[in-house]
Amino acid sequence: MIFLRQSLTIAVKDLRAELRSKEAINASLSFAIVILLLFSFAFDPSSEQTREISGGLLWLVFAFAGALVLNRSFARELTNDCLEALIASPVSGAALFLGKALSNFLVLIAIELLSLPVFGIFYNVRWTGQFWTLMMILLLATWGLTVIGTVFSALTVNLRLRELMLPTLVYPILIPALLPAIQLTSAVIAGQPLTADLYAGLRLLIAFNIIFTALALGLVETILVG
Amino acid sequence: MIGLCVIAAALLARNLNVILLHLPDEASQGAIYRIFYFHLPAAMTAGACAFVALAASILYLATKNFRYDSIAVSVTEVGLAFGAMVLATGMIWARIIWGIWWTWDARLTSMLIVWLMYAGYLMLRRAIDEPTARARNAAVLSIFIAPGVYITWKSIEWWRTQHPGPVLSIRGGGGMAPGMESAAYWNLLALGLIAVVLVMVRMQQETYQRRLDALRREAHVL
Amino acid sequence: MSAVRVEGVWKYYGHFPALRDVSFQVEPGACLALLGRNGAGKTTLLKIIAGLSRPADGHVLVAGKEARDRETRARIGILGHGIAVYDELSAFENLKLFGRLYGLRDPARTALEWLERTGLERVRDGLVREFSRGMRQRLAVARAFLHSPSILILDEPFTALDDRAIAVLQGLLEKALADGRTVIMSTHQLREALQLATNVALLNRGKLAYHGERTAEMLADPGWLYRHYGEMA
Repeated sequence: MIFLRQSLTIAVKDLRAELRSKEAINASLSFAIVILLLFSFAFDPSSEQTREISGGLLWLVFAFAGALVLNRSFARELTNDCLEALIASPVSGAALFLGKALSNFLVLIAIELLSLPVFGIFYNVRWTGQFWTLMMILLLATWGLTVIGTVFSALTVNLRLRELMLPTLVYPILIPALLPAIQLTSAVIAGQPLTADLYAGLRLLIAFNIIFTALALGLVETILVG
Repeated sequence: MIGLCVIAAALLARNLNVILLHLPDEASQGAIYRIFYFHLPAAMTAGACAFVALAASILYLATKNFRYDSIAVSVTEVGLAFGAMVLATGMIWARIIWGIWWTWDARLTSMLIVWLMYAGYLMLRRAIDEPTARARNAAVLSIFIAPGVYITWKSIEWWRTQHPGPVLSIRGGGGMAPGMESAAYWNLLALGLIAVVLVMVRMQQETYQRRLDALRREAHVL
Repeated sequence: MSAVRVEGVWKYYGHFPALRDVSFQVEPGACLALLGRNGAGKTTLLKIIAGLSRPADGHVLVAGKEARDRETRARIGILGHGIAVYDELSAFENLKLFGRLYGLRDPARTALEWLERTGLERVRDGLVREFSRGMRQRLAVARAFLHSPSILILDEPFTALDDRAIAVLQGLLEKALADGRTVIMSTHQLREALQLATNVALLNRGKLAYHGERTAEMLADPGWLYRHYGEMA
């Protein structure tokens, strides 16, 4: 109980600070829209083709834009040495991690939900056909992205080159989650039913989330304290 | 260590002799199949390196003994070298048999990804100066990479891949003539020994490096 | 029971020992001034006592319990090099946040009390970003004292503070000591520190070179300790 309450306190704190400064949200959202524009120049796709590549396109946008949010997650605690005060407080590393992950998750979901209509308009694609299935995929894959991004943000927080380091480490590890997310999203936006292959992808996505959430919760105290 | 080195070299020479001069061509693939004698043992060696890297990383976090950190970084580097050998030999084989250098199938892709992740491990190590923090963070990263290694290993069973399935009889393959299979094991022994020698050299270097670092820090507080 | 008991603590950076077999005790109500040159291991030792890092060998017991235990951390207040409050939050929000994290029963009320005590009640809803240096420092002091810690750990507390913040901090420390709380501080400001200190410990290259009561000699001549115990014999 204390654990969850502390996580929630951290999450609310992070969200409040972020909504006041908006540094990560603004950068990430404008970056997402810029990539969406760039892709449309690069491929000049018809709406039929777009449907087929929509999953890949959207998840590349989400992963790139998300990195800007995740980068800041632990780095923002370095100003004024706040990270030390948090670790010294009776909050466990795992609770701190969970709080930060929750706030990152909500910010990423918000950015994704704002990017989707932009994608629909620019690419002339109706993406709301299987809205709730799409939301489920979005939530699952975004949690995977968040967990990996947040824990690696803690891992790289004291590095000089963390802005360069984080994406290089995060994207390869994310591939087992991104791959099924891309396939599922493409299928859902194209209006196809979920085949056995896609269900296997869904299982992989869920297994990914469980394994890496457990690893992150178990190891973050070691990362932060030693 | 020099003894091991000599044995490994002699063994490799013997194997090369057997593989190149004594074994017959394979029925359907012709001469190129011989690359298999390096591809598979290198893959097994790289896999063993990944396994040892995981074990050493966990042991480092449990004991904080730098010996395990030295083991972890050494086997990771050697594993990367053998992994590069796996990818290169695989690509050459694919060019001859499939007619293409590369295809994005589950085995090839996951192998490449894992290779890149371990390269990231070395990058992370390079970015941290303080040995204790470096050892700790690298160990955590190595544990995060391990599920990817498992996926790579199992990928030929989980997905329909173009990569050939298991061939050795110990994994239920049984697609090889007895004389051909034993040559694979002999070369596994040779490559495995080379890996052990390389790991020992690297571990020695790590130990010296840490001593140097300690002396430098000592000098700074004087 | 000792308030803080440091038993054979070793800490390494790689093979380099930053702390070498450091042992001492601090009794409740005592104020220990931790002295030593840069790189002597003061900050490293304070971090271990505050539960921010773990010793490679040895133990730190705070009121009989391991330093990194949750209950132990709840009894410790720290004031480090940074102010450790959030620029994007108001003074009131900052204190409420830490009150919640420390599990206080009424975080809002305690936060208001401390805003008053540190003279920040008029700017309670102002964002810390807009505060002057002195105001930020006083808020940091309030943050460290908020949960009535029985042990206070201060790393170079007087170095960064302005006059008014020093006065606030000194008043609070005197009161805390009178209440029987324990203070451990590392410092370069020998005069300020030695006035408060009841005990003195000197670290030299990671080793405890001296530990004992603060004597009148030290107060009269702050350099005395360094001259007698400063370099390893």
